[in-house]
Amino acid sequence: MAEPLIEARSLVKRFDSFVAVDGIDIDVQPGEAFGFLGPNGAGKTSTMRMIGCVSPVSAGSLTIFGLDPRLDGRDIRSRIGVVPQMDQLDAELTVEENLIIYARYFDIKKGEARRRTSDLLDFVQLTEKAGDKVDHLSGGQKRRVSIARSLISEPELLLLDEPTTGLDPQARHVLWDRLYRLKERGATLVLTTHFMDEAEQLCDRLVVMDRGKIVAEGSPRSLISQYSTREVLEMRFGRDRNKEHLDEVEAVGERVEVLPDRLLVYAADGEGVLATLRERNVVPDSALVRRSSLEDVFLRLTGRSLAD
Amino acid sequence: MGTPAAFRVAYRDLLIYRRVWKANLAGALFQPLMYLLGIGLGVGALVDKAPDSASALGGVSYLAFYASAIMATTSMFTAGQEALWPMMDGFRWSNAYRAMISTPLEPTDVVTGVAVYFACKTAVGATGVAMALTLFDDTRSWGLVAAVPVAVLTGLAFALPLTAWTSTRDSDRSFPPIMRFILIPMFLFGGVFFPIEQLPDWLEPVAWAAPLWHGVELCRGIILDSIGPAKATLHLLVLIGFAGGGWVVCTQTFRRTLRP
Amino acid sequence: MTLTATTRSSMVTRIIPDVLFDVRRPQRLIERSVMVYRRSPMVIFSGFFEPLFYLLSMRVGLSSLIGDVEVGGRLVPYAEFVAPGLMASAAMNGAVFDSTMNVFHKWKHARLYDSLLATPLSAGDVAVGEIGFAVLRGVLYSGAFLVTMLALAMVQSPWMILSLPACALIGSAFAAMGMACTTFMRSWADFEYVPAVTLPLFLFSATFYPVSSYGDWSWVLQLSPLYHGVALVRAANLGEFSIGVLGHLAVLVSVTVIGVAVTARRIETLLLK
Ligand SMILES: Nc1ncnc2c1ncn2[C@@H]1O[C@H](COP(=O)(O)OP(=O)(O)OP(=O)(O)O)[C@@H](O)[C@H]1O
Ligand SMILES: [Mg+2]
Repeated sequence: MAEPLIEARSLVKRFDSFVAVDGIDIDVQPGEAFGFLGPNGAGKTSTMRMIGCVSPVSAGSLTIFGLDPRLDGRDIRSRIGVVPQMDQLDAELTVEENLIIYARYFDIKKGEARRRTSDLLDFVQLTEKAGDKVDHLSGGQKRRVSIARSLISEPELLLLDEPTTGLDPQARHVLWDRLYRLKERGATLVLTTHFMDEAEQLCDRLVVMDRGKIVAEGSPRSLISQYSTREVLEMRFGRDRNKEHLDEVEAVGERVEVLPDRLLVYAADGEGVLATLRERNVVPDSALVRRSSLEDVFLRLTGRSLAD
Repeated sequence: MGTPAAFRVAYRDLLIYRRVWKANLAGALFQPLMYLLGIGLGVGALVDKAPDSASALGGVSYLAFYASAIMATTSMFTAGQEALWPMMDGFRWSNAYRAMISTPLEPTDVVTGVAVYFACKTAVGATGVAMALTLFDDTRSWGLVAAVPVAVLTGLAFALPLTAWTSTRDSDRSFPPIMRFILIPMFLFGGVFFPIEQLPDWLEPVAWAAPLWHGVELCRGIILDSIGPAKATLHLLVLIGFAGGGWVVCTQTFRRTLRP
Repeated sequence: MTLTATTRSSMVTRIIPDVLFDVRRPQRLIERSVMVYRRSPMVIFSGFFEPLFYLLSMRVGLSSLIGDVEVGGRLVPYAEFVAPGLMASAAMNGAVFDSTMNVFHKWKHARLYDSLLATPLSAGDVAVGEIGFAVLRGVLYSGAFLVTMLALAMVQSPWMILSLPACALIGSAFAAMGMACTTFMRSWADFEYVPAVTLPLFLFSATFYPVSSYGDWSWVLQLSPLYHGVALVRAANLGEFSIGVLGHLAVLVSVTVIGVAVTARRIETLLLK
């Protein structure tokens, strides 16, 4: 196997006495799309910031491109592109100027910066906004500027912290398509997300983090088969009545999760379970059988729903 | 009977101000004191040494001449700065005023509330200056008490018209030029450091148009007990005219900006 | 191999601040500021009138009240005496404004520096770049001051051209110090304390009256960085340089270096968490 692009061993991030990242191991291979999945406060952003060399490692080891962030932060940063969780665009400048000046920070020549800027604005479909102040853009448009800006240095590694939060469904799909194309061109992507469909679509491999630790690792498919069943039956009995039928339901399903508004029954054959329950006079207000997803893996591993 | 609407507006700014008023009062005491020592006494020593300076200053020491103007200038700067960036913040940046008029408050209430806040803030400043002035024989007088409301009025006479301007802007780009072309020249040529009779003849009438000059003259007259009732009334009317006119224009511009 | 080469170079830069190696990086920040101000030239341009107002006010006002003052054995009109002091103070005030309010806004509200640190720029580059712009802008204004003095026939010696580098030094000392202090500010309310420092400096740095007026207290002047700046500009205006000039230079250079170092250090500890 090739030398990993990112290699972390027992990586720890502490804020005073609080441990935000608690001894994680990761290997990201060149050309891979790697995802961090986890509930709020899991330590995803903290990890990303350490990889981006803007946050010192508290303990353990971390190398990026085989370099040590402590010694070669500048060299590493010049080879990566970052989309931070919160947009950090330059509010005093226009969209176009944001990209040009960012290129200059990477010591890219002015003419080249201009050329890339117009290409990238095209890429994120914001060409007609080039002369607008970023303040005047919508949330989703700002996000797209951030993404274009992160690409201006043609980075080998792209760090995307919740890239599609705040985008409308169409813009999300456009962005996925763009990220997919970047990947095809050989860029390595590391992203965090709360969207399971995003992780399933984009990531070759992902880790699920919870309270600073990695609780599972693998491809989306393998995680689903390992931690969930083929199908999921979702039933609603109305407010506060979900628990009433718990005993009967537990008898037929492989596993049951009680959420405030519904019951999730894990089983290989969802329709079969539903039929059995109906026979036993357990009739929900509504029922739905679906294929199991990363969401279920997540629920299983962290005991928390990701619905945000 | 509820709280008058304008006070509900001022309440927001005062709530914030409550946290910083001590620093503000300390500043209002400290800065004039520095000026009094540095300019009033220091430069004053040079001025008073010059043979015919006393007659130019109307028979008083330079310290008395200069110190009696500080209250009005402090008010102008305090209220004037308040009318620029913080006002812009309320209109465009944090949108506090827009939030207010989506409650039962009317744009007119916002204007009055802002004026109340300006008045409170300049009153603290003017009181600080008055306290500093009691330290010097030349300026210690009961006139200081009467001068405080005049200084507050001077602040409003300047800040309300300025607020009207701010409320029509959508960026703070014009503020540094305003500071440089209006505030600073008024400060430098408005009868604070030297009598405006020393100005070239064509410039003197320009100073008459400056609210600061009227405030300075009135405060000086009251503190040094050197002004007649006719002149005092005239200055007072001009100041009220500026403040009242500013208020009227504000009610129009606020409405246009907040309810386009 | 290239890898070890880069590693070695970074080992060196850990010992010597790497801004010394490459001034192009801080220059990028200056480029950014130019980009911002290009759109509102009035903000910069209006500053050119300030010296004119101050000098005219002195001439028609205090100077005609005071007449001549004695400096170093000769009589000069008060306005001419005070002009170099005002020039130096203007350099201080401009630098302080640029490096406190402006920087705080970019730091806390616009979060500009967070995004800069994710690029190859370092904390030192950011500090030097921002201070550099403050100095550049200050020199522009000092130039305007000098031209105004020339126009009003207040310049006494051709050496006065040296007031420009002197003002640049004053600007960098105060910008560095101002930015260092700004990194300790918690909220806008803290800026109330800025005049508490700059005002006494402005008034008591032999700006408005000769050192002799201070009598037994003249040693206190040595504590004011602005005094050293005023002394330099005054020396340039008279064209009379003594060995003391070296001392003034040394003070201002030290203040600059300390300010830059503290700023870079604070940016690192506060933003690189
Ligand atoms: N600068 C900081 N100082 C102190 N604690 C911090 C700091 N940054 C993060 N933390 C803490 O570290 C933990 C992990 O935060 P992190 O931002 O990495 O979470 P996350 O997984 O990105 O969450 P989210 O999905 O909400 O973005 C949180 O409990 C947070 O409070
Ligand atoms: Mg996060």
